[in-house]
Amino acid sequence: MARIIVITSGKGGVGKTTTSAALAMGLAQRGKRTVVIDFDVGLRNLDLIMGCERRVVYDFINVINGEANLNQALIRDKRCDNLYVLPASQTRDKDALTKEGVEQVLVELSHNHDFIVCDSPAGIEHGATMAMYFADDAIVVTNPEVSSVRDSDRMLGILSSRSRRAENNEEPIREYLLLTRYDPLRVVNGEMLSVEDVQEILSLKLLGVVPESKAVLTSSNSGIPVILDRESDAGQAYSDMVSRYLGDEVPHRFLHPEKKGFLSRLFRG
Amino acid sequence: MGLLDYFLSSRPKGSANVAKERLQILVAHDRATRDQPSYLPQLQQEILAVIRKYVDVDMSAVSVNYEQGDSHEILELNIILPDAVHHHQA
Ligand SMILES: Nc1ncnc2c1ncn2[C@@H]1O[C@H](COP(=O)(O)OP(=O)(O)OP(=O)(O)O)[C@@H](O)[C@H]1O
Ligand SMILES: [Mg+2]
Repeated sequence: MARIIVITSGKGGVGKTTTSAALAMGLAQRGKRTVVIDFDVGLRNLDLIMGCERRVVYDFINVINGEANLNQALIRDKRCDNLYVLPASQTRDKDALTKEGVEQVLVELSHNHDFIVCDSPAGIEHGATMAMYFADDAIVVTNPEVSSVRDSDRMLGILSSRSRRAENNEEPIREYLLLTRYDPLRVVNGEMLSVEDVQEILSLKLLGVVPESKAVLTSSNSGIPVILDRESDAGQAYSDMVSRYLGDEVPHRFLHPEKKGFLSRLFRG
Repeated sequence: MGLLDYFLSSRPKGSANVAKERLQILVAHDRATRDQPSYLPQLQQEILAVIRKYVDVDMSAVSVNYEQGDSHEILELNIILPDAVHHHQA
């Protein structure tokens, strides 16, 4: 049986797709059979971030509608054998995601995968609720900014009341906080909410802090999940996140401004 | 390092503090309303309509509070009547 992980946020543009790609690649690189599904029907992006957009033939909705089988729609990653991508439809309406259809696909994928990563669309409408409904774990991607934190809290309410686990009175979804686009310098200057601030408000287990990083754009330009850029701060932060998710105790990094920045700022006056 | 920390932490704090305070209030409010049954606002409206047949009160005079305990739910209804009760003329 696979574990189903939803990457969710409520607010748009906070880094869900970036995170989904990094997590899926990270899990697969550690030998886990992983599939990452794009639930953003009509606005598919995951295939671009994964660099497989030209290999899309069939999509999630085709499979749900029986127009293709899973093996025809799954795209095997060229860099990592354990990783598959199930792209979203670019043309259909999001209502094509039926609960029964989604469940069928997840059940079938469960047989021969260890992890299923669901990249949720923004918002709290149908697409987002379908992405989280069957989840075992949820990674709530949050930026250190008022509207993102508020939306994350609303999403937590939805996870704990409108998921399959909640409706069946099962053990609740395990919820984790991933703080992204973190700028330690601005935090030190009191211009940005700190990790501690956000944790105090959301009281979630902190899975990681990903710094605001130029490497994210560079990676997405060429369709390479940023976790593969091992030199980069964001790549390392995502790699730590995967380790923590798998149960390792890894100290948090990139929480403080670089020492060089400190000193040069001091000397500049 | 220690000295730098000292200097940096003794700076006047910026807008992040304001953000945190606003969020704490907002999130507490969101959570309180989240668990309420969705019929509550409608219920409040209808109760108000009934009361207004007899007494001249406005919306703010009626408050409906919902609380969930382990084994029970409490619906608390508070109606503040005006000092001098004016009956509607038929
Ligand atoms: N740590 C980061 N540093 C810098 N830029 C980032 C970081 N994380 C994400 N971004 C940028 O933010 C933008 C949105 O990222 P992404 O597409 O992953 O968000 P999303 O939550 O999936 O958005 P949507 O809600 O539209 O699906 C992208 O341009 C991405 O490059
Ligand atoms: Mg996205």
